[in-house]
Amino acid sequence: MTQTRDSINDIWGARTPHGADASWPERVDEHITDTPDRWVRGTCVLCSNGCGLDIGVKDGRIVGVRGLATDVTNKGRLGPKGLHGWVANNAEDRLTRPLIRRDGRLQEATWDEAMELVVRRSKEIVEQHTSGAVGFYTSGQLFLEEYYTLAVIGKAGLGTPHMDGNTRLCTATAAAALKESFGSDGQPGAYEDLDVTDTIMHVGHNVASQQTVLWMRILDRLAGPNPPKLIVIDPRRTFTAEKATVHLAPRVGTNVALLNGLIRLVIEAGAVDRDFLDAHTVGYDALKKTVETYTPERVEELTGVPARDVRAAGEILATTRTLVSTVLQGVYQSMQATAAAVQVNNLHLVRGLIGKPGSGILQMNGQPTSQNTRETGADGDLPGFRNWGNPDHIRQLAKLWNVPVNKIPHWSPPTHAMQIWRYCETGSIKFLWIQATNPAVSLPELGRIRRILQKEDLFVVVQDAFMTETARLADVVLPAAIWGEKTGTFTNVSRTVHISCKAVEPPGEARSDLDIFLDYARRMDFRDQDGSPLIRWDDARGAFEAWKECTRGRPCDYTGLTYEKLLAGSGIPWPVNERHPDGTLRLYTDGVFPTGADEAETYGQDFDTGASVTAEEYRANDPKGRALIKPAEHQEPHEVPDDAYPLWFTTGRQVYHFHTRTKTGRARALAEAAPDAFVQLSQEDAQRYGIEQDDWVLVESRRGAIIERARIGNIEPGLVFVPWHYGSWDDPSRPRAANELTLTEWDPVSKQPHYKYAAVRISRYDAKDALPPMGLMSRTIDAARGLIGRHGDEAASAKSEFARPKTTQRVDG
Amino acid sequence: MHVGNYLGLVHGSEERLVDVLRKVARHHRDEPDVEQTCLLLAAWSEKHLKFLRPLVEKYGEEKNPEPDDLEVALFHGPRTGSLGLLRDLHDLWLMSNEVQLCWTVLEQAAQALRDDDLERVCKECGKETKRQTAFFLTRIKQAAPQALVVA
Repeated sequence: MTQTRDSINDIWGARTPHGADASWPERVDEHITDTPDRWVRGTCVLCSNGCGLDIGVKDGRIVGVRGLATDVTNKGRLGPKGLHGWVANNAEDRLTRPLIRRDGRLQEATWDEAMELVVRRSKEIVEQHTSGAVGFYTSGQLFLEEYYTLAVIGKAGLGTPHMDGNTRLCTATAAAALKESFGSDGQPGAYEDLDVTDTIMHVGHNVASQQTVLWMRILDRLAGPNPPKLIVIDPRRTFTAEKATVHLAPRVGTNVALLNGLIRLVIEAGAVDRDFLDAHTVGYDALKKTVETYTPERVEELTGVPARDVRAAGEILATTRTLVSTVLQGVYQSMQATAAAVQVNNLHLVRGLIGKPGSGILQMNGQPTSQNTRETGADGDLPGFRNWGNPDHIRQLAKLWNVPVNKIPHWSPPTHAMQIWRYCETGSIKFLWIQATNPAVSLPELGRIRRILQKEDLFVVVQDAFMTETARLADVVLPAAIWGEKTGTFTNVSRTVHISCKAVEPPGEARSDLDIFLDYARRMDFRDQDGSPLIRWDDARGAFEAWKECTRGRPCDYTGLTYEKLLAGSGIPWPVNERHPDGTLRLYTDGVFPTGADEAETYGQDFDTGASVTAEEYRANDPKGRALIKPAEHQEPHEVPDDAYPLWFTTGRQVYHFHTRTKTGRARALAEAAPDAFVQLSQEDAQRYGIEQDDWVLVESRRGAIIERARIGNIEPGLVFVPWHYGSWDDPSRPRAANELTLTEWDPVSKQPHYKYAAVRISRYDAKDALPPMGLMSRTIDAARGLIGRHGDEAASAKSEFARPKTTQRVDG
Repeated sequence: MHVGNYLGLVHGSEERLVDVLRKVARHHRDEPDVEQTCLLLAAWSEKHLKFLRPLVEKYGEEKNPEPDDLEVALFHGPRTGSLGLLRDLHDLWLMSNEVQLCWTVLEQAAQALRDDDLERVCKECGKETKRQTAFFLTRIKQAAPQALVVA
């Protein structure tokens, strides 16, 4: 075994400091359990950073990984998830054969039987109820080629508007905010801006835990000469917050008030870039008027952040020469998500800090390949950042696919995930195909999701590599190949496209998601209007070539990319075309934005209601290439603490785990480092409720209950935090998924659910001494039953002894 | 001088809108966006009523019977199911347009009267009423295909 460092206890590794005048040095991280026969090019898929790596293979098995020194994203570094996550590929409990529910139990079947059943049910349901009764719920884990194939099947084969995925839960607001401000999706800046910037602001983004390699990049600046200043906005004292020059800890759900206050201070200091505003933006006057009332004192009242701290951050933002802002779930999954994310864009626009080295905005993604769901239209967007409200854009797609214009669903906004689930609940969607995601743990209000998945009139197909909490409730389970077992590309937040190659064969009969979609398309016999097969490709390379045509002339132009180019040493940021053969580091360097009425990906929405701006209204005030500055007034969250539920509740990720732990929970080192959830609360609240460190705590909301161990400290009084990766597959003995408690609500614009606030009550819980109170009993029994699955495929084990982390690092950071 | 007539009309229409928005919010609680947005829009209309108070004192108010009839015609009480939701939003769209028209008519009179206060209230309220209408239309467009074609 070779291990360059113990990444479990040394999360970020040794520093390689540098100043703004030097480039980020290489440092190659490696973890192998045996000497590989060969190395295969891959890209890490365990957070949204997308680090280049090589996959080590021996005797047809993955035996380790090493960072790719030449890669622009990581210069050889890997985080704990990257170094250990691959172990899950070799897990004993991989799905290897299709399963069909017969007599109430999932039983092994052949691929022919399973696919014939899926196709028969598809056809019957479309025949009886139209394609509006078919929905797809995909992932942030597939590759671009797979998403694009899925998008064409859904939009031009079946013609259903009901396509979305779990990227709605992590990244929809990033897309919405970029569209609202700049006319189209796509990050203006690049990770490289962090290497040279004077100031970094993390808004609702615990980068140290979520994107460990990106944090290494920042740590190396902080350790070098002339380090950047760091502003961190987060209600918890996270690893990121501990390094901040100024840490602002607002009450959950008050981001807009705080950001308005910061913009106001920038304006008051006379730091606005008048020339930039006049030449390249519209809407500044309305912003100025809106933020006027957000004085530091009023901001303190609304957010709980001391006025002097607001002033300290405002001073930095008003004087810095360059600024990189990153935004993530603390904004996207909270009250006024899009409105708040847009205020970060506004801050950059008023200071003219965009499109220049050291000044960038990174509206982050929660999942590695979620950018591609947005680009390809496997979520609620149209391929190539096209506007569903623009008939010319729909005609382009119809021509490309050679289908009638009215085959492509564009009569109303594409159905967002939460509405897809609602249609399943009310019975109008009767067929739901879920790929590589685990909504039975990841969606809000899990009791409701379990009820929907178990409905008799909903046919559920789950395509995954493991028997997840969701797969247990399916009618058909299709075993899928995962990373390392298939070839494809994906794009990170820096717009950088990477290739990840097949290193080993998938186990048993498992197939790549692409092959499953292609098989479905063949069996459904989807054809274009000349009678030729609709899907004209039969492998990843073919899908990539087809996708390139779809992006020609669009902001995300891939036409200059080839697999060979991507294999040459590093990823390449789009657009890549004749004009930019080596890619594009930064967008909008000329201050021209794709906001013209003919180009824009959206005509915009009302931040408070989600009402669409019509094409006529947009054309009447066509910004013609200028960025849109859109203000927002603060609004109180929809559920606030009261006498019955007196505490704020919030959720988030931990450093060792990723998306419902389906893979990371099966990588032993990662699972042992953070084996269980917990409830983090302040010393003050612990005293008030008579709770000591490691006590069992019952946490209840209006929707459900969970039982977790207490972890005290590093959080504001009045707020409790529970990490939300934990489901039941490795411990069905008690309800512990944070989403038993979260509420079914979403942002009016991005439709991203609100996971970051809810009202809860807590109490010390002693299973031996006390029976749960009335009402709670039935809810916990319901939850426990749901965890096991409707047919009790596996008996609940009684392994609820205290699972202690085997790491010397804090796990609540 | 018939400004009081339209003040009465807009007053009654806004009151009815608040009432129906709250009923729809309560009834369609399983559609969280409808519930939350209708409650928000109801708060806007309540604010409009507050703005109206000094103007009513200034110009007097003639009670109009129309709104009662309108409610009977437009809204019998919330309906259930996806078609019911669509019809409720449909009625709200019509009711908000009724309010919108009142603000437009009053704004014209305000200009003729050179009454800046009245004009400002009509402009502000009219702008928000337009946002209410835009929401109903957006949500109607979202719900219509599924409700009419699929189920």
